[in-house]
Amino acid sequence: MQAPQVFSFHGGIHPAQNKAQSLQLPLGRPSLPSELILPLGQHIGQSSRSISKVGDRVLKGEIIAINNGFLSSYLHAPTSGTITAIEERFIAHPSGLSDLCIVLSPDGKEEWTTLNPLNTWQTDAPEDVLAHLAKMGIVGMGGAGFPTQVKLQGATKSPLTHFIINAAECEPYITADDILIREKTLELVKGIEIFQHLVNAENVVIGIEDNKPIAIAALNTLLNERGSQIQVAVVPTKYPSGGEKQLIQLITGKEVPSGQYPADIGILCQNVGTCVAVHDAILLGKPLISRITTLTGDALKSPQNVEVLLGTPVTHLLDYADSQEKKLHRLIMGGPMMGYTLDSAAVPIVKTSNCILAATKKELPTPAPEQACIRCGMCEQACPASLLPQQLLWFSKSQELDKAEHYNLFDCIECGACSYVCPSSIPLVQYYRHTKSSIRETREANVKSDLAKQRFEARKARQDAEAAEKEAKRIARQQASAAKTASAKTAPSTGATPPVTTQPTAAPISDEAKKLKIDIAIAKTKLKKRQKELLTAQEAEHLEEISSLQLQVTEQETKLASLEKEFSKIPVANTAPTAVTETSTAVAKAPVSDELKKAKVDVALVGVKIKKLTKQLDETPDNQEIKDKISSLEIDLIAAKAMVEKLTSTSISAPVTAIQKTPISNELKKAKVDVALIGVKIKKLTKQLEETPDDQETKDKIAAFETDLIAAKTAVEKLSAAPSEATPSNHTAEPKAVITDELKKLKIDTAIAKASVKKVEKALKKAEEIQAPEVDAIRQQLKEAQQRADDLEKALANPDALQLQPQSKENTEKAAAPINADADKKHKIDLAIAKAGIKKAEKNILLLKEQGKDEAEIIASEWPAKLIEAQAKLENLESQPSPEAQLKANIETQALSKTTEKATENADIQADLAAQIKKQKIASALAKAQINKLAKRLESTPEEADSIQQEIDATRIKQQDAETLLAQLIQSKDKQENH
Amino acid sequence: MFTVLLAIGILLLLALIFGAILGYANVRFHVEGDPIVEQIDAILPQTQCGQCGHPGCRPYAEAIANGEAINHCPPGGQATIQALADLLDVEAIPLDGDHGTETAIKVAVIREDECIGCTKCIQACPVDAILGAAKQMHTVIADECTGCDLCVEPCPVDCIDMVEVGVTAKTWSWDKPQGIAASSINIIATDRQTEVSH
Repeated sequence: MQAPQVFSFHGGIHPAQNKAQSLQLPLGRPSLPSELILPLGQHIGQSSRSISKVGDRVLKGEIIAINNGFLSSYLHAPTSGTITAIEERFIAHPSGLSDLCIVLSPDGKEEWTTLNPLNTWQTDAPEDVLAHLAKMGIVGMGGAGFPTQVKLQGATKSPLTHFIINAAECEPYITADDILIREKTLELVKGIEIFQHLVNAENVVIGIEDNKPIAIAALNTLLNERGSQIQVAVVPTKYPSGGEKQLIQLITGKEVPSGQYPADIGILCQNVGTCVAVHDAILLGKPLISRITTLTGDALKSPQNVEVLLGTPVTHLLDYADSQEKKLHRLIMGGPMMGYTLDSAAVPIVKTSNCILAATKKELPTPAPEQACIRCGMCEQACPASLLPQQLLWFSKSQELDKAEHYNLFDCIECGACSYVCPSSIPLVQYYRHTKSSIRETREANVKSDLAKQRFEARKARQDAEAAEKEAKRIARQQASAAKTASAKTAPSTGATPPVTTQPTAAPISDEAKKLKIDIAIAKTKLKKRQKELLTAQEAEHLEEISSLQLQVTEQETKLASLEKEFSKIPVANTAPTAVTETSTAVAKAPVSDELKKAKVDVALVGVKIKKLTKQLDETPDNQEIKDKISSLEIDLIAAKAMVEKLTSTSISAPVTAIQKTPISNELKKAKVDVALIGVKIKKLTKQLEETPDDQETKDKIAAFETDLIAAKTAVEKLSAAPSEATPSNHTAEPKAVITDELKKLKIDTAIAKASVKKVEKALKKAEEIQAPEVDAIRQQLKEAQQRADDLEKALANPDALQLQPQSKENTEKAAAPINADADKKHKIDLAIAKAGIKKAEKNILLLKEQGKDEAEIIASEWPAKLIEAQAKLENLESQPSPEAQLKANIETQALSKTTEKATENADIQADLAAQIKKQKIASALAKAQINKLAKRLESTPEEADSIQQEIDATRIKQQDAETLLAQLIQSKDKQENH
Repeated sequence: MFTVLLAIGILLLLALIFGAILGYANVRFHVEGDPIVEQIDAILPQTQCGQCGHPGCRPYAEAIANGEAINHCPPGGQATIQALADLLDVEAIPLDGDHGTETAIKVAVIREDECIGCTKCIQACPVDAILGAAKQMHTVIADECTGCDLCVEPCPVDCIDMVEVGVTAKTWSWDKPQGIAASSINIIATDRQTEVSH
């Protein structure tokens, strides 16, 4: 068979061989020692776990310790005997430290346990074979002691190009593998075949140094006999060709990349000793309990190789090889290059012990003292890993761990070649070993500190969570107790805005009312307290507290509201003192039916709601939505009051006051009920409308109902004319003048017209926004509606014997000169109309401009004038209901007791004036802005100077008008206030 | 005039273009710089012992970031001080003795037959390395113990010992060679050789 090609590797040295000494004698078999010491950590990885106890009798080959994790191994009894101790003993380790060992006292019977050869290894799954190997305690026997099954698992992941059997044995003195090959050639080859079966590599090569001719010959002979595909690569003798990576390089020419394993480049390397052990384990079922070790050195009279049981103390072997105590200077485990000095000869042979070197002083003198590095570079020449030993030395000396790592310190195989060649006798390898240890320690410390940090943070998180949970529980408890005390009080209704504090005290109240009042006070206090707590919680940002407190506050509010509701049941007349005067205080005293009570409650509630909204309206006077709501509520109020009246009249058998002596006819009742019903319907529809503000149908319906309502009200008024006359004493605050039914009707019509104008206006706005084509149609509609409103307004003004001809500017002049109270009012209305007209005109003109129409068109369209007029009218109409909303209580009085308008009007106008002044100011500002804008345009486009100048003039006039109006308005306001 | 304007225009355009590129790059390749506190915290030994006067390593890291001296950490010792000095580019100063002295790594060991099961040490342990329940014996998980000492003080029966972590065969490391100084007496190797021959 052709010998495979052999490559070379960088560096290497040629120390004296010294192999002949131990080859003089055949393989020896020492007698059983008195005790076997079996360290639990004979391999790389986790120490084995002892499964035997002291005093147990074990048979040869019996498992005494099992694997402890993935990277671990089994341990077997090397011979039959008794376990005498499991204790700390000195072990073969450079540190000279002790470790846990199983101490076995042999009984000399060599009684084997049942052997379980794996005869089906060729058909079994590789995993099963590996498991069997693991159970047999096979580890790499070259030196590192890496569990074989783990190494094979890594190798079987990818296809292998080479399976290399390491028989190089490059280190001086050691001949264990040489003898092994000679003695157990067949077993070796069979072991290799088992491996090959498991890994199925393309090439199987035995790498052997050329200093073992007998072994090479034996191998070749056997392989030829068997016709095996296994190749024998004879490599030149050079230290350290037995290094795994160096041998791979010798045989394949490939270098294992830094930080990688041979398996990564498709190569598996196994020691010959391991192969034999695998053979024994698979074919004989014998676990790894013995090995071949070289006993050599000048201190031994009969150096030789011995097949020795694991755990045999070195002293026993030294005795066997006739050690001369006097000559023995240093006892070394391993070879002279990579071995370490044993402090004690009591240490046992382990799975990786391939040599005991008992050297004399002459043979291995004390290392020469270290001298300064002369930078000769010989170390670099010798380094088989192509590193820079000199650099690594500097970094090691200065403890620059990062840099040492960066210079691939971990690729150093600690072969000692650099130290060997160093002329300054620097113990380079020891430096490297120390630095490697330091780096490992740092890494471990980092891992540990990370773990500690993790645990610390986890603990903190847990404590925080616990604290939060406790707090939540505490709050829940508090809440529960609060709810308990609260449930002892009363029931719910609305909420949100607290107190109606203006509960009358003048009116006599029943005991019930008193009690309720007290309850209300308590509830209010609680509410206040909760609100305070909530505030503090919000400030402190206690989220959980906030939500729980918020709940409590709402609860309290609900309670309070319900209490108030109940309370209001009793002094109904007082909640709306100006309203329903017919039923006033006496009603409260009189025993009333439940229904009546209910109705009164409704009245009170609506009253409260109106009050609330009025307040809101005061804050935001332009909020149309609130105004609408108020008007709808007013209708409700009317309905509710009607109900009350009706019920009062039916339950009149009870004693009533003088006021109620005026009998209300059944017809009146009926009419009032109608009013109420229609009111309710309107209310419903209004609600719908709020949800769907664009629903034209609903709007129409509302308008229809409003008409009905007016009719009904008119009827009520007619019927109640007499009773109302009989009760003037109740309206001391009101002027004496009486408004006719007609006037009232007119007013209502006006209101409706106003509403429709508004509606149309809204639609127009929308249409303009979306540039809808029916803009003009809507405008037409608007005009009509305004016209109608205008007519009505005129009619309304007539009864007061004052001619109202709403026109724009001229009328404003007149408006500024009030003669008496009525005239004053009329003038002010005129004023408002004029103002609004201007505003509208501005808007429309602006709109037209935006639509891209030019000046001429705008003027031609006559929109300015028209809209001024129309809008003026609209504004006039608007001015009436808005104060109505603001002072709905007064309006209520008007509607039901037919008092004169004057007082209301006065108040109306005052409020109206304020709003109008505001509007006027805005209009003036707008006009100014427009002038500015136009002036700018004039500058930029001088060619359009004429038209722009016209615009400016027009706007200026508008502005002046607005300002004049504003001045007048302010003046009249002052006057009004003086009144 | 036109040339000048053109030149200015081109320069403006270029400035805009590069400004846009830089602005984009700033957003696109934004590097979240490792905050200094994190780096300091990574160097500290995480024993959470509080010997520095702060409730844990992170607060001390924050304090160092705010200018506190770097030599207040006895468990970290000189190595930590050196690492902090390198990181912060300040001078490595000796350990401040007021905060304790650098000692060998220790772990807490509870003398279990004396333990009364009060759970006080469990509450004190910053890394949850003590196992036990009320009225049950407690024990320290040695692998998790940082040797911070905090459990010793609260123990009402003083049954906790701080034991040095011994070197085992697995944790042993090679000594640093003594160096040239140690052997400078025998600097000429032949002298020694003569000695041997006698």
